[in-house]
Amino acid sequence: MASGVWRPSGFRLFCNSSLCHGVLFLMDGLCERLADDLDAAFPDLVRALQDDMYSGLRSLAGPEAEDLTQETFIRAYRALSEYEPGRIRELKLRGWIWTIALNLGRNHLRARSRRPFLVDREIEIRSDDPDYIDLSAWHRRLQGLPPRTRRAVVLRHVVGLGYEEIAIATGQAVGTVKSDVHRGLEKLRHILEDES
Amino acid sequence: MTAPSNDPSFSAIESRLGSLRVAAPASLLTEIELGTGLVDGYTVVASPVGDVIVAFNPNGVSAVDLADEGFGDRFRARFFRALVAAEPPAVWVNRIEEALDRGRPGLLPIDFRSVTAFQQRILELAATIPRGQVRPYSWLARAAGKAGAARAVGSTMARNPVPLIVPCHRVIRSDGKIGNYSLGGPENKWELLASEGAEPDRIESIAAAGIRLLGSDTTGIFCFPTCHQARRISEAHLRRFRSESEAESSGFRPCRICRPG
Repeated sequence: MASGVWRPSGFRLFCNSSLCHGVLFLMDGLCERLADDLDAAFPDLVRALQDDMYSGLRSLAGPEAEDLTQETFIRAYRALSEYEPGRIRELKLRGWIWTIALNLGRNHLRARSRRPFLVDREIEIRSDDPDYIDLSAWHRRLQGLPPRTRRAVVLRHVVGLGYEEIAIATGQAVGTVKSDVHRGLEKLRHILEDES
Repeated sequence: MTAPSNDPSFSAIESRLGSLRVAAPASLLTEIELGTGLVDGYTVVASPVGDVIVAFNPNGVSAVDLADEGFGDRFRARFFRALVAAEPPAVWVNRIEEALDRGRPGLLPIDFRSVTAFQQRILELAATIPRGQVRPYSWLARAAGKAGAARAVGSTMARNPVPLIVPCHRVIRSDGKIGNYSLGGPENKWELLASEGAEPDRIESIAAAGIRLLGSDTTGIFCFPTCHQARRISEAHLRRFRSESEAESSGFRPCRICRPG
């Protein structure tokens, strides 16, 4: 077994990303602020989690990621507007909002399950980006994973959720999530080995 | 720092997966604010009184206002939300155009949350007045089941969030004068009535002569002067009345279409 399998790399990846600097602080006390004044605080929830949500859904659902991200936040708002303040204060926001996204994504994937995944259409990276070809190849490799494994790998290593947050999002036990992530990484390694 | 992408070590795979993280599209927050109704969208549409903005949110069309430099401030002051330029939902585009053309909402949903239930009822009744015709405040009050509430009807018209679509320009003073108008002033009300063939100068000259109702001595029916039926009466058979009681004591009955009594 390779070393570092269980290393919490998500945190490192999350903080190394230039995309999320200056956004995480918005999560500070956010539940409290949402409970006190939902309309005033909700845009901060979007700002804090929109890159998470969009990146993850892009890897899971492809070209419809933008629509799904919008719909996820709109449903989150409607849900929050019906919750008691006490319930909002107790929420684990990142895991909770992914339960909404995954439910939407499941229905969406079911609706188009007979259509092949067109990975090239959703890649919007500038073509002078040296990673251009490489990124679309990685999206294609992720499509080679079984759905549950792919979901675990994407939430852990693309989005950067912790195992506990993924467990909340998927309704699975933490141990199951860990083994799904591990199995996914192994499958990706096999895919890479087959390619070379 | 980046490992070759075909290096099959777990840490290399994790690092490549991390680089699939991208920024959400810049428009996403605004789309979500529109989708939740935290802000309203607006579109600019031409009308007989110049360009107007039509504001909308998931509940329906929330406001119609003149497209001058102050509409954003007026909207925020009244509705406590911001406005952003946006495309209305596709199914509403034609309905907005039709509602403005015809001067009634039709299938277009209206967001009446900014008025009371009573005011909404008055506005919905006002929206039944046909294009090219007018009714007095007192008629609306009576139709709403509150005969004495003509003044409340007047202030409801002044608060109409969606002028042109709810045609408050078709509601005139009980003395027959055209009266005030919230969308830019009385000259716009005149202009709108003229543009839909209601002949505002005729309305005011009839009123100035003390006439409120017109009847036909062949049918024995009396109408409001702009009722479609009243405008077909030939001069030879036309009877003029100062009041409902005068018409009724002359043996006439009220028209069932414009319901003047």
